[in-house]
Amino acid sequence: MSSDGRVIPVPTPETQHYWDGAKAGELRLQRCTDCGHIYFPPRPFCPTCGSRAVEVFTASGRGRLFSYVINHLPSPGFTPPFAIAVVELEEGPRLMSNIVGCPQTPEALQIDMPLEVTFERLTDEITLPQFKPAT
Amino acid sequence: MQRNSVAIVGAAESTHMGKLPEMAQIQIHADSALNALADCGLTIKDIDGVATAGHNAVELAHYMGITPTWVDGTSVGGCSFMLHVRHAAAAIEAGLCTTALIPHGESGRHWIGRHGPSIFPSLFQMQFEQPYGVTRPPTMFTIPVMRYMTDYGLTEEQLAMVAVTQREWAGFHPRASFRDPITVDDVLDSKMICYPFRLLMCCLVTDGGGALILTSADRAKDFPTKPVYIRGTGESAETPLISQMSDFTSSRAFRVAGSTAFEAAGISHGDVDHLMIYDAFAHLPIYGLEDLGFVGRGEAGAFIAEGNTRLGGQLPMNTNGGGLSYMHSGMYGMYALQEGVRQMRGTSPAQVEGAEISVVHGVGGMFAASGTIVMTNVA
Repeated sequence: MSSDGRVIPVPTPETQHYWDGAKAGELRLQRCTDCGHIYFPPRPFCPTCGSRAVEVFTASGRGRLFSYVINHLPSPGFTPPFAIAVVELEEGPRLMSNIVGCPQTPEALQIDMPLEVTFERLTDEITLPQFKPAT
Repeated sequence: MQRNSVAIVGAAESTHMGKLPEMAQIQIHADSALNALADCGLTIKDIDGVATAGHNAVELAHYMGITPTWVDGTSVGGCSFMLHVRHAAAAIEAGLCTTALIPHGESGRHWIGRHGPSIFPSLFQMQFEQPYGVTRPPTMFTIPVMRYMTDYGLTEEQLAMVAVTQREWAGFHPRASFRDPITVDDVLDSKMICYPFRLLMCCLVTDGGGALILTSADRAKDFPTKPVYIRGTGESAETPLISQMSDFTSSRAFRVAGSTAFEAAGISHGDVDHLMIYDAFAHLPIYGLEDLGFVGRGEAGAFIAEGNTRLGGQLPMNTNGGGLSYMHSGMYGMYALQEGVRQMRGTSPAQVEGAEISVVHGVGGMFAASGTIVMTNVA
């Protein structure tokens, strides 16, 4: 947890590559080399076929706004109202994100709008993937 | 499992509900359990099976003075009690115990003698969701709904009608937390919590409890209460991460639990006289009606708004007022089961005349888990 109370991710050995990628400015996903399934969150086997033959690759960072809320409740480290969103990546997986770089209003946040990844440094060790409207 | 081989013979809620600043959580369990024992004329020494959630089942057994031959601490959120009913029915049929107590108590408002804020911690949630500012359930459970609204044209007014309709039912119940009628405008003008969700689309936060006692159908005939038979059950789980729900317009856990229970019970939708769908938020009855198969995909918002789940409608639903108006201590499943039992006994203040089959459907976490119970008063 940071000094302002915001939850800071704690990587495990199985998720370290994801957080190392974010620190390096890359959004990293995993792909099963047996069945081809691309998945998130990280784990060292394919959740579709069970194979351990999986590889890490760098995603395009492009996606669309799949769904969201605009949170008016207090949240440590955030100033309400702010959007909590789920982004569907071009490669298929979905992940949670805030939508930065635009007003936090229903008018500015249109379902299916194109988004691209950006990175928010939280600590020396942890950088958080975030999404903003695509340019 | 055989249909109707096990019955609920004891059922009661805590003596008081709402604000219980004088009572620790485990005592709310005990108060509810003692009320259920009194309801069916048993003593604690008759109990040889115990199941609970959100609280240590061993601590509960010790506190109550129970020596169990069957213990179930399944804790998958607010539908845990549906799973307990399912597991208890199987345990009784298999001879693992004869008389099972399923108590619930929750100091949801005052937080006296209860565990920390996260009863069901998911480490993946802490790693991949909480850093984005999600906190309490209103900031998570609501996230899929904009996708549903976009895909199916559900309106904010239709969401509001869920709360309006359930407040009508709550008006029949002296024990309901909120009983005064509300309008769509009241709902839409209430405080914004998490757009598009306003305060009156979100559940209450209260203290309270309830308990059920189950035994074999053969023994049930000897009890003073009208037996409520377990005709069919189902359970499932999907993900602790709302962001990883496979379909944002439908719950896989709902579909699996529901279809399993309907098949086990050997019923079709037209057989159902009374329905409870756990409503932590206004969209849950909409997802539930569709995922249980009562209406087609995208049809439930209009189905509710048109009055089909109201008094006199074809499918009376959430007849206690639900988590939105009756009570919601955090794990509401127990209260949905209690209203199902009351309807099958013919004792609900909002009684559906002649009802013989009730379906009680619960959610755990944020679409994380699910349990469905088909109960009947016909042996």
